[in-house]
Amino acid sequence: MNMGDRCRPDFPILERVVNGHPLAYLDSAASSQKPRAVIEAIQRYYERSHANVHRSIHTLGEEATELYENARDAVRAFIGAESREEVIFTRGTTEGINLVAQAVGRTLRPGDEVVVTEMEHHSNLIPWQMACRDRGAVVRAVPVPDGRFLDMEAFDRLVSERTRVVAVTHVSNVLGTVNPVAEIVRRAHAAGALVLLDGAQAVPHLPLDMAALGADFYVFSGHKMLGPTAIGVLYGRRRVLEGLEPAWGGGEMIKEVWLDRAQWNDLPWRFEPGTPPIAPAVGLHAAVEYLGKLGMAEVAAHERRLVAQALDLLRQVPGVTIYGPDNPEIKGAVVAFSVAGLHPHDGAALLDQSGIAVRAGHSCAQPLMRRLGVVGTLRASFSVYTTPEDVDRLGAAVRSLPDQL
Amino acid sequence: MIYSSVIRERFRQPRFQGALSAPDAVFEDVNPLCGDRIRIACRLADGRLAEARHTGDSCAICVASADVLLERVVGETVEAALSVGLDELLERLGADIRPTRMKCAALPLDVLRAALAGREVAT
Repeated sequence: MNMGDRCRPDFPILERVVNGHPLAYLDSAASSQKPRAVIEAIQRYYERSHANVHRSIHTLGEEATELYENARDAVRAFIGAESREEVIFTRGTTEGINLVAQAVGRTLRPGDEVVVTEMEHHSNLIPWQMACRDRGAVVRAVPVPDGRFLDMEAFDRLVSERTRVVAVTHVSNVLGTVNPVAEIVRRAHAAGALVLLDGAQAVPHLPLDMAALGADFYVFSGHKMLGPTAIGVLYGRRRVLEGLEPAWGGGEMIKEVWLDRAQWNDLPWRFEPGTPPIAPAVGLHAAVEYLGKLGMAEVAAHERRLVAQALDLLRQVPGVTIYGPDNPEIKGAVVAFSVAGLHPHDGAALLDQSGIAVRAGHSCAQPLMRRLGVVGTLRASFSVYTTPEDVDRLGAAVRSLPDQL
Repeated sequence: MIYSSVIRERFRQPRFQGALSAPDAVFEDVNPLCGDRIRIACRLADGRLAEARHTGDSCAICVASADVLLERVVGETVEAALSVGLDELLERLGADIRPTRMKCAALPLDVLRAALAGREVAT
């Protein structure tokens, strides 16, 4: 049995009937659904063990702290980080990038440069624009001239001794392009720049090894990888984190406080001010265990088959344009497309009438949309619970779209 | 049904779509949710909307809403045109517009009002 059909019963929400049809949820890149194991872990935590962490000297406080810190260890192992000090919990990818942009941003000088790309999600663009604006630094962008791949020659021209940070998405949330991140890290480090990789669309779908990758920062969200909302991870290379001032202040992130100064806490708590997202961390732990049991290499293979199937079906539909790489071997679990004469929002609303959920619009990547020359696209995205039947239904429904308006 | 017969018909064959040369009032705006863009141009004569056209890159609901709106207001005084509200527009569209798409239906109304108020086109 394929992975999708095997996993589907683990996801209660997929039993829903939407507009008279079984739900075909093809919007996992926006947010994935949650297996029963995640939902039950959160419920169990709230029913049995909830208290604040790191400070409550009582049984529940100790249990909550243990569960929270166990989640950190599970994430460390899942992404192949060398130490637990390198795993910082955030509220999501966006917060992780903002944290780095503010912490590193304080060290920017006028004329310094931050290199991003034309295929970034707004969340890996705006925080850098803000950081640079505040410090007189400049954002430069690597173009995507063919609408598919980064121009690596332009990358080499743009990255110089002025470059302080290179911030690039690992996998494009629209094109699915898997960027050459190892090469990007190598070239950026050769120029003396720090590297932040946006892994929001990579972690749920690919095996990862932070130690081997060598990026200085790697950020992702729990809710796109079968976990709950309001939890994310900022991986930071220990040596880099140790040299970085905290972005935000509050409880938890200090060792000793006076009225006019404070001594920062050790890693990773130095970057986790305030009461952390404890229950979401517990849920993320369950999600990581679920994915770990499936095996990320198998997850990647399953999704490549679905992408290949979707590309085959959509290519046969007259009027359909597909964006991004057409080779599933170098594509994440997303297929963005448009239908001639049909606005993406109308397309999505009509697909919804058949119980098929897809993303429509600019997918928070307006500069990329401008490059593609569209206001937005339709986007189908896949996860472990996506079945070949879901993809077949998409193909058939897209074929009938032009007749419906 | 989101796509009523009015919406489908006006999307396929809009009656008030196109450009207007030397208009007296123009406004254009974008729906930040989806990037829809609509531009409405009007020609005024004796305090009335003598002519009006819409152009843009937008969804069926937005196109139909603009078309139905301009049909309703052409020939009216500026004051009467400004008094047309969203409820009336929705009724004319005859569709069950969900909250997520309400901005698509409302955008042409906002754009028309801004045009008649003489606001500068934001670029």
